[in-house]
Amino acid sequence: MQSDFEVTADDLIIRPKGNVVIRIHQITKEYEMGYTTIRALKGVDLLIHCNEYLAIMGPSGSGKSTLMNMLGCLDTPTTGRYEFNGIDVSSMEDDELAEIRNRKIGFVFQTFNLLPRSTSLQNVELPLIYAGVRAEERRQRAEQALNAVGLGDRMQHRPNELSGGQRQRVAIARALVNNPALILADEPTGNLDSRTGEEIMGILENLYTNGHTVVVVTHEQNVACRARRIVRMRDGLIESDEDRA
Amino acid sequence: MKDSPTRRYADTPIRFHHELGESFRIAAQQIAANRSRSILTTLGVIIGIVAVTLMGTAIRGIDIGFDRSMSGFGDDVLYVEQWPWNTGDDYWKFRNRPDFKLSFADRLNQMIEENPNSLLDLAVAAPASIQTVAYGKRQISNVYTTGTTHQYAYLARTNCEKGRFINEAESRGGRNVCVIGRDVAGALFSGEDPMDKVIRVRDQEYRVVGVFAKQGSFLGIFSWDSQVVIPLASYIKYFKSNEENASIRVKVRDKIQIAEAKEELRGDFRRIRGLLPEQEDDFAINEQKVLRSSIEPVKTGLAIAGLFITGLALFVGAIGIMNITFVSVKERTREIGTRKALGARRRTILIQFLIESVSICLIGGIVGLGLAFGLFVLIGALFPSFPMQFSPMLVVMALFISVMTGIISGFAPAWQASRLNPVEALRYE
Repeated sequence: MQSDFEVTADDLIIRPKGNVVIRIHQITKEYEMGYTTIRALKGVDLLIHCNEYLAIMGPSGSGKSTLMNMLGCLDTPTTGRYEFNGIDVSSMEDDELAEIRNRKIGFVFQTFNLLPRSTSLQNVELPLIYAGVRAEERRQRAEQALNAVGLGDRMQHRPNELSGGQRQRVAIARALVNNPALILADEPTGNLDSRTGEEIMGILENLYTNGHTVVVVTHEQNVACRARRIVRMRDGLIESDEDRA
Repeated sequence: MKDSPTRRYADTPIRFHHELGESFRIAAQQIAANRSRSILTTLGVIIGIVAVTLMGTAIRGIDIGFDRSMSGFGDDVLYVEQWPWNTGDDYWKFRNRPDFKLSFADRLNQMIEENPNSLLDLAVAAPASIQTVAYGKRQISNVYTTGTTHQYAYLARTNCEKGRFINEAESRGGRNVCVIGRDVAGALFSGEDPMDKVIRVRDQEYRVVGVFAKQGSFLGIFSWDSQVVIPLASYIKYFKSNEENASIRVKVRDKIQIAEAKEELRGDFRRIRGLLPEQEDDFAINEQKVLRSSIEPVKTGLAIAGLFITGLALFVGAIGIMNITFVSVKERTREIGTRKALGARRRTILIQFLIESVSICLIGGIVGLGLAFGLFVLIGALFPSFPMQFSPMLVVMALFISVMTGIISGFAPAWQASRLNPVEALRYE
């Protein structure tokens, strides 16, 4: 049983640069809003490789949030195909998607979304609980992740005892702890002052340098500029896809 | 190796265990954080559990009180009489039955002796009637007066706190002696020693040879302590007119076989009565069991009242808890979204909220049990005669009811939480 919870073969396969992590083919997404149907995505193609650092930009209503929800396996497309690590996830059930999110995706939210009454350590342990990791290993890995974001001395603090930047770092540790194939950050600096924002972007940069695949969704130019590739969305379509490496 | 992505991660009991642990931790946090809200919502459950527990103790207490007072009758004794104990109607049918003779007891004993396989042991005539007894100027009415032989001691409880039961010589000679119940002694003698005093039963004089030990009463309906026993021969001589109340008590050898013994007794008695096969029995064989059925309505009434109060309180409590859980789900929509994003499955969320509502109910249940136990001790101290019995079974039942209330009331909100769309939940303000 134990082997189920350790780093699996394809976690290692995706590390080499160049392998495809995400393959999106002609996905559309429609919402019913009252009597009208809103077409948030109108046929998007996107290929993301392992160890890319990509920013998705666009004004509100451009479909970037919808695309991010797709990428994060929080939602499924109306039509089209979405392959994550070579697995078709476009028609998966809720619980199967939860499994993918738990194992393969690390989320960083604009509002941090930490559990207010839990310590940093408990917050970071949460994904491991859902993954069924045993207590000692859980603790060990959570401590490791917190150390990696420089919060080794804040493990027993609750979110209200931490600064915004520290909270976001806890959230990044939580995103990292399951060694995900994709780190998905939604406006990670949106609630932070510019200096702390820089700090957080530095951590994301580090993750990229260490071989992680990072996707940042933002409308801030200076945040996007740190990425190696910028995808701009407009009216539910990709307007431009610019490689800056 | 590369099979379905989700199946690769086995749904192990370990994982379920982790989720449970986390859920309990969260539930404890949540209840502690919303202390006053939680206490208020548990009130309904607390009242419900107090009601059901007290009802349970009262019903069990009645049973025990009944058993205690019934031990005077004996559960291995059959009563052959003209009347069945539990019949209200058909008065004339029983009224017109041929006379019931006490000498039947001797005939019966003869038959028992002749049959080596008899399941019956001994028959003793014990007619009874209500009489007035007096000593000096003091007088009490409604005293249950039984005439019987010394063998009565063999089939009923006759231990005395003073003196002794009627002996064989007194029994055979039909002497004017009596054994009186404790309350009779108390009422007639009030502190004076009743031994060897002469009392009047109706208009006959009897010398007191013994006072029964306290046997207790049953909810004040019936008391074994208010009786007088005199020798059968004397009873027949002075109170014979009362044939309707004639009674022959028959002890069976083994109470396990009481049903078979009853059949044998019925056969014997039909022979004594000389009944033809097609004729109906013109006597009744009663047993303690029949009396027991007479307290059933009391118990049923209590149970219905108790269940009604319990049901109402638990219903209100359940709605309160359902409400608080709905509020909790609403308040924590974003948290649910976050948890889902981090990989919580529907089941995880469902269980988390169920555990929360069950925990609240369990706390209510435990508090309720504590209160009920306190009340139980208090009632026991204030009214020692009121029969009540607290049992472990009741504790288990109360906790079970609490858990069920939690599950039932928490299910709808927990289900709603588990079905939340993660995208919408994360966006919820």
